[in-house]
Amino acid sequence: MDAINTGDTAFILVSAALVMFMTPGLALFYGGMVRSKNVLGTIMHSFFILGLVTVEWVLWGYSNAFGPDLGGIIGSLDWFGLSGVGTTPFKDYAATIPHQTFMIFQMMFAVITPALITGTFAERIKFSTFVIFTLLWCTLVYNPVAHWVWGIGGWIRNLGALDFAGGTVVHINSGIAALAAALVIGKRKGYGHEPFHPHNLPMTIMGAAILWFGWFGFNAGSALAANGLAASAFTATHIAAAAATLSWVCTEWMYRGKPTTLGAASGCVAGLVAITPAAGFVGPISALIIGLAAGVLCYFAIFLKHKMGYDDALDVVGVHGVGGTFGALATGLFASKAVNEAGNNGLFFGNPALFGTQLIAVLVTLVYSFVVTIIILKVLDWTMGLRVEHEDEEAGLDLSQHSEVGYNL
Amino acid sequence: MKKIEAIIKPFKLDEIKEALQRLDVKGMTISEVKGFGRQKGHTEIYRGAEYVVDFIPKVKLELVLDDSQVPPVLKALQESARTGKIGDGKIFVLPVEEVVRIRTGETGSAAI
Repeated sequence: MDAINTGDTAFILVSAALVMFMTPGLALFYGGMVRSKNVLGTIMHSFFILGLVTVEWVLWGYSNAFGPDLGGIIGSLDWFGLSGVGTTPFKDYAATIPHQTFMIFQMMFAVITPALITGTFAERIKFSTFVIFTLLWCTLVYNPVAHWVWGIGGWIRNLGALDFAGGTVVHINSGIAALAAALVIGKRKGYGHEPFHPHNLPMTIMGAAILWFGWFGFNAGSALAANGLAASAFTATHIAAAAATLSWVCTEWMYRGKPTTLGAASGCVAGLVAITPAAGFVGPISALIIGLAAGVLCYFAIFLKHKMGYDDALDVVGVHGVGGTFGALATGLFASKAVNEAGNNGLFFGNPALFGTQLIAVLVTLVYSFVVTIIILKVLDWTMGLRVEHEDEEAGLDLSQHSEVGYNL
Repeated sequence: MKKIEAIIKPFKLDEIKEALQRLDVKGMTISEVKGFGRQKGHTEIYRGAEYVVDFIPKVKLELVLDDSQVPPVLKALQESARTGKIGDGKIFVLPVEEVVRIRTGETGSAAI
């Protein structure tokens, strides 16, 4: 058995803590963008998920996603309640850290993914339905997709598709689920003829900064060791985020005449999303190109909702769906074995086949997540109801769902 | 006696107050108001979506003057409130029938 490496273990535990911090960071990022009457409801979505998905992950989530494979489709329940997930390494995932360290790191990914979706149905969903939706979505969508892409025996992993830190599992998955949710749940009352101003952009920018900070754990930690690959992923992550901040702001500056702070915050997140699948496979210049392209692409992607008429309240589809899809495909273009021997070469490094593999992984995730999310939501709509009453929507979710108000000024 | 109501740009308030004090104006009332004139509102852009904000913040200044004070005050107000850009505001002059000082019961010009 391999020995535990204390440096690796320390680094992954800290990385897990960094990724944990992203979820409350996301709560602030989203919380600032809604109207003040919905600030607590929006923050609560992310914060409550920290509790809910942690418990789900301990009981069956980790076992379903990473446990012993059943036909390439799902992990068995052998590790239910973290049975057998102890302090000795499970070398098929990470040879030099305790199995529990790997588990807790993965838990933080499982937590933030459904939290990302909440941006789409902000300001109108019933809290009780949101709780059941999140449990069902994690069980029926996140856990299987995580198993396919990352689990030993997972069929997409066996195809050779690359997803370093969750472009497919986290961002495409949540982004397309967000589109499904926006379509099924419908528009906010007054959408299109009343303005929905973000009520606290400083809060949003602070949230974006926390996301950027936490993302170093997300991507560098995905090396699963404190080594050169972690340094390379950290570097690529930061470069892409910075480049996308520049390109988003400059695009809107040219296109709309003013450089906005919400644009800067959105740009950095778009860059972080896009580099996530590629972070451990690409060099600095590739990261720069991916980031620059992501900022421009995601900026124009947010106009899709105006064109198509759905109400994705906080642009989860435009930023995570489009950014994640672009990043996963860009991995097929820019990946290089010179950066990561365990990866593969992309199209630009002489291996067009990888792009095809990436395309399959992307399409499968898009279709599966979209269809299953629609089914879950339709069933919930018939049984519990998805939306709050009109009167409650008017009063705001803070008061109607939680009997609180965010501000007494 | 006349009442002067002026809608002005908020950042001009200090300058105006000083100009009026130099003319020995005894008092004034101000309120923060919102509205629009020919300049209309302004546009805010959030993630590429434009919102037109119709009502923009202004300050309303009210003072009551003896008739003899009106021309110099109007002149001083106009000079100190003016930037030359759109949205500088307007001055209205209204007749006043009576003024009562509550503490003493004085009326008319003595009460101003």
